[in-house]
Amino acid sequence: MKTIKPDEAPVQEMEQAEIEVTENKSESGACFPPTFSVSEIKNKQRRHAMFLKLKEEKRKQKLELKKKKKKERKALGDQAPPKEVPKTIENQRIYDETTVNPEDEEVAFDEGTDEFSAYFNRLTNPKVLITTSDRPRGRTVRFCEQLATMIPHAHVYYRRGLALKRVIPQCISRGFTYLMVINEDRKVPNGLVLCHLPDGPTAHFKVSSVRLRKEMKRRGKDPTEHVPEVILNNFTTRLGHSIGRMFAALFPHDPQFVGRQVATFHNQRDFIFFRFHRYIFKNEKKVGIQELGPRFTLKLRSLQKGTFDSKFGEYEWVHKRHEMDSSRRKFHL
Amino acid sequence: ICRLKVIWDLIGNKSFCSYKVKTKTQQFCRNEYNITGLCNRSSCPLANSQYATVREEKGLCYLYMKVIERAAFPARMWEKVKLDRNYAKALEQIDENLIYWPRFIRHKCKQRLTKITQYLIRIRKLTLKRQRKLVPLSRKVERREKRREEKALIAAQLENAIEKELLDRLKQGTYGDIYNFPIHAFDKAMEKQEEETESEEEEEEDEEESGTREFVAEDEFEESDLSDFEDMNNLKGSSDEEEDAEDQSSEEEETEEELEEEKTKAKSKGKTPLKGPIRKKRAYVEIEYEQETEPAQKSKAT
Repeated sequence: MKTIKPDEAPVQEMEQAEIEVTENKSESGACFPPTFSVSEIKNKQRRHAMFLKLKEEKRKQKLELKKKKKKERKALGDQAPPKEVPKTIENQRIYDETTVNPEDEEVAFDEGTDEFSAYFNRLTNPKVLITTSDRPRGRTVRFCEQLATMIPHAHVYYRRGLALKRVIPQCISRGFTYLMVINEDRKVPNGLVLCHLPDGPTAHFKVSSVRLRKEMKRRGKDPTEHVPEVILNNFTTRLGHSIGRMFAALFPHDPQFVGRQVATFHNQRDFIFFRFHRYIFKNEKKVGIQELGPRFTLKLRSLQKGTFDSKFGEYEWVHKRHEMDSSRRKFHL
Repeated sequence: ICRLKVIWDLIGNKSFCSYKVKTKTQQFCRNEYNITGLCNRSSCPLANSQYATVREEKGLCYLYMKVIERAAFPARMWEKVKLDRNYAKALEQIDENLIYWPRFIRHKCKQRLTKITQYLIRIRKLTLKRQRKLVPLSRKVERREKRREEKALIAAQLENAIEKELLDRLKQGTYGDIYNFPIHAFDKAMEKQEEETESEEEEEEDEEESGTREFVAEDEFEESDLSDFEDMNNLKGSSDEEEDAEDQSSEEEETEEELEEEKTKAKSKGKTPLKGPIRKKRAYVEIEYEQETEPAQKSKAT
């Protein structure tokens, strides 16, 4: 500090000379807000020192402000203004025009007549066919098996190089309602194509952080054959709504509460987290949940009307990175 | 004189040939007109004055021929003949064009034609099947997505959300009668009732505890001792409503799921007058009534 001190003096004089007199300089007189910025000082050491001092001052000011506020709060007691809510990404989310209002009639009408209306009117029972891309590796195979144990009426079939376009009519003729294709890359599942069969929409997801059952800590026993309940969280926009219905239609209607199993699809910032739990009510204010089953996260890449047809299909929504990822506060699901 | 021999001596063995590729076991010739691809005396297009090859361009096969008569004209040296698409006819064409040529060249030309047609067929077949499209991942994007996913996971607070949802469903009653957690929720409900006294809540399906004489006593109190009680007003009001409710409940026959709710009514039912006015605030959980016996008891009372 010895070397710096003599340098500080001329600097300070300079600052004080330039400054217009301001009031309320209760803080240290070391650095008045200079009209030149710290970056104009050519000497690195001096510049650094000035910068540190500037920071120190700012910190002090902030602390004082906080203390003052706290005091005021205490003084007012009950009449104190309510604490300000901190900003979160969810708070600051850009309002999406397609957000669904629960009483919206148009949406209700649409949902009454869309491809899932058959399911929601209890006309069809779900039956799921799970398959993979060509030549699946061990992890993907095990993942498929575990999915099949969780989703009732699910069957796993090997792909064996068949073209999806030929597979689909066969599925329809055998009464399947859903086709799930798990794409694999480098021995790890990374994509999911979910196709609702009697010409329903096809959704393509990116799959990440797959945890198989044996990798889960503190997990319960294997899931039983009971039909699980379904929880869908945070699907607010029209697009989110349709995806939510897609997930709901995977499971049969009447969950067997005896089984106490619940499958959760939770949407947060366009990532859909899937979890499978077993719950138990300890009393009516506390519930304990224990995770069974695999977990994975999905991110929607595209939604296509009609069954799987990548070349000629009509896309309802495609994730375009440059347009859609430009803002950190804008989400689509 | 033996020009070709000289050429071969030079490029083949002793000196340098720019088309030659040497590996440990073999020598290859990179010359595009070479018929076998190996560097041999008989396969070298430079060291043979009479030479022929079959080459393929855009799915069509051509026969190239070189004769010594045109050796002086490099621009016109190779004669290009288009071969038929039909394999058999193409073979015939080769035979016809190379009619008095050495056996080796004819044979090799036909072999080459065979190979070419085979791989062309394979190409056509493969394009009909599904083709795997490789989509490149951008590392930066992947890293960014991963980070965002982690943050979203933390923000989601999944366990809490799931527990909250389950508790909400329990409160709403989607689980029906499976779980019996009477006390707390119904205390709250009771308080609400005191404020509101909705008529709906007074549907009653009660079981009778064996030997509760209090029921009978209650009727007597209603008739005679009303004035004695401070809480008479409340009692009367509630008992009136109860009577109405009883009628309703006797008409409706519902499940006994709402036992617990009725326990709260038990208080308003007026059990407490027996035990004294103080008791009114307490002990509402205990007494249970049975629907069917009510009218009988009423008749008893009257």
